[in-house]
Amino acid sequence: MSAASEAVTASSMRTREATVRRFALTDTIFRSATRLSAILVLVILGGVAISLFAGSWQALSKFGFSFLTTEAWNPVTENFGALAPIYGTLVTSAIAILIAVPIGIGIAVFLTELCPRPLRRPIGIAVELLAGIPSIIYGIWGLFVFAPFLQTTIQPFIIWVFKGIPGLNSLFAGPPYGIGLLTSSLILAIMVLPFITSITKDVFDTVPAVLKESAYGIGCTTWEVTRRVVIPYTRVGIMGGVMLGLGRALGETMAVTFVIGNAHRISASLFAPGTTISATIANEFTEADGELYTSSLVALGLILFIITFVILAIARYMLLRIDRRAGA
Amino acid sequence: MSTALSLHRSRKRKNGVMMALCVVAAGIGLAWLALILGALIYKGLSGVSLAVFTQMTPPPGDAGGLLNAIYGSIVMTIIGIVVGTPIGVLAGTYMAEYGRFSRLTTIVRFINDILLSAPSIIVGLFVYELLVRPMGHFSAIAGAVALSILVIPVVVRTTEDMLNLVPNALREAGTAIGAPRWVVIRSVAYRAAMSGIVTGILLAIARISGETAPLLFTALNNQFWSSNLNAPMASLPVTIFQFALSPYEEWQQLAWTGALIITLTVLGLSIFARSLTGRREDR
Repeated sequence: MSAASEAVTASSMRTREATVRRFALTDTIFRSATRLSAILVLVILGGVAISLFAGSWQALSKFGFSFLTTEAWNPVTENFGALAPIYGTLVTSAIAILIAVPIGIGIAVFLTELCPRPLRRPIGIAVELLAGIPSIIYGIWGLFVFAPFLQTTIQPFIIWVFKGIPGLNSLFAGPPYGIGLLTSSLILAIMVLPFITSITKDVFDTVPAVLKESAYGIGCTTWEVTRRVVIPYTRVGIMGGVMLGLGRALGETMAVTFVIGNAHRISASLFAPGTTISATIANEFTEADGELYTSSLVALGLILFIITFVILAIARYMLLRIDRRAGA
Repeated sequence: MSTALSLHRSRKRKNGVMMALCVVAAGIGLAWLALILGALIYKGLSGVSLAVFTQMTPPPGDAGGLLNAIYGSIVMTIIGIVVGTPIGVLAGTYMAEYGRFSRLTTIVRFINDILLSAPSIIVGLFVYELLVRPMGHFSAIAGAVALSILVIPVVVRTTEDMLNLVPNALREAGTAIGAPRWVVIRSVAYRAAMSGIVTGILLAIARISGETAPLLFTALNNQFWSSNLNAPMASLPVTIFQFALSPYEEWQQLAWTGALIITLTVLGLSIFARSLTGRREDR
């Protein structure tokens, strides 16, 4: 009797041990799989950086630092410089941000302070849907609907207004093509608007109600509360959102490719066609013949990668700071 | 007294002006959405017919459909999701479960957030250097890999966020009855976070089904029907790009119709995804 029960206990102990070992083994495997996947995310970013360096090496070693300062882009003589695309990228993104930030903050104020509660979610979603529309849709809409509209109405009007003002008349000069730097900037502004709006709205929500209520309590108007309490309190977060939008605008490809005009030159007028880094790559990469041409395009990609990496890193750092404060 | 009153009035007036501007800003946002959708429906709807879904992309100046492009988009999106989702879910699991407070998690979160908003054309260049150049030709595989790289950060982000929302008491209850960690994660944490993770995957599908830039020089395009994954494959966005910039009226019409199809798909997916999490918030 006792011998038999001992044997049963021993065998059940053995199976139990085996089960525990099996569990431990499976757990180790699962744990390693998740860890490897997490590391893979780092590997991808590292791979992107390495492959862009390797691909652009030929162009960078041939042109050196002058690649950044040369305006010429001539596939026939194989003389390439990145100045015009860099200029176009920075100018269009900067104008887009200048337009989108006030509107984005305005929408955020509307959603947090003015909007009737039942309408908040639908309107918030509608604005965020703007971010969901694929960029090629903005492109086709910009080229066939928006650009002709600008060409026939807004642009002639602006040219007429600024005709006599020195300085500004060269900024808004030339025949109204419809497509060009300004049109691209406007399209980009619409595209980054939802990003800026949703982050601004989120950081506005982190403002403690007590702060706002005490300002209202001493008789402040909604605008004064927003301007003097909410915006100073969330400054870092808003900047983070703006940087995030800037990162998007810098790298945006398809929409810009449609409406920028793809001209490798730097003009003073915002109505003139230009080009951006991403538009140049999208337009010319598959048609590039010759190693040096391809390599120069990859070098453009490397420059874009470095610019956006820095901007996005700053954005994340700023948003992290406001997250910590909200958590504390 | 009168100066105080006038000050009061000017403050109120300023407030009124600024608030009106905020309403205008919201109006602008909504108006753009309406304008874009309106133009898409106006120009795209007239081209919708059975032929769009049953015929191949036509040669210039001919009538035809978008069948091969739609097929290519679906195939590459599915492969991209199938490859990207497991990696994203596992990485998110590590960050929320095994390594929640580890240094690796902090770094991966930072890098992942950057990948999330990195220009998609850069991903296209990367896959070109990684696959297209060594293989010597464009292929649907390369396109699908480029899309899967865009899927990963979206899924990682939502998986981590959703698993972090799962109450620890649930995990502790699982561990208390002797379940090993991976069983707790699989049967407790995943189950509790399921709707959130599915939302992330749907958002990833919505994102990649409209992507053009990473496909331009990976999958390229194909005028004809092709189910060969090792050859260039057509996709809806790249076809729209090519057709919209062409001078042929039939092609432009097809581009608008394709644009309408993509937009409705993408917006439908993102509204559906939001409704999943929306219910969650209300509960």
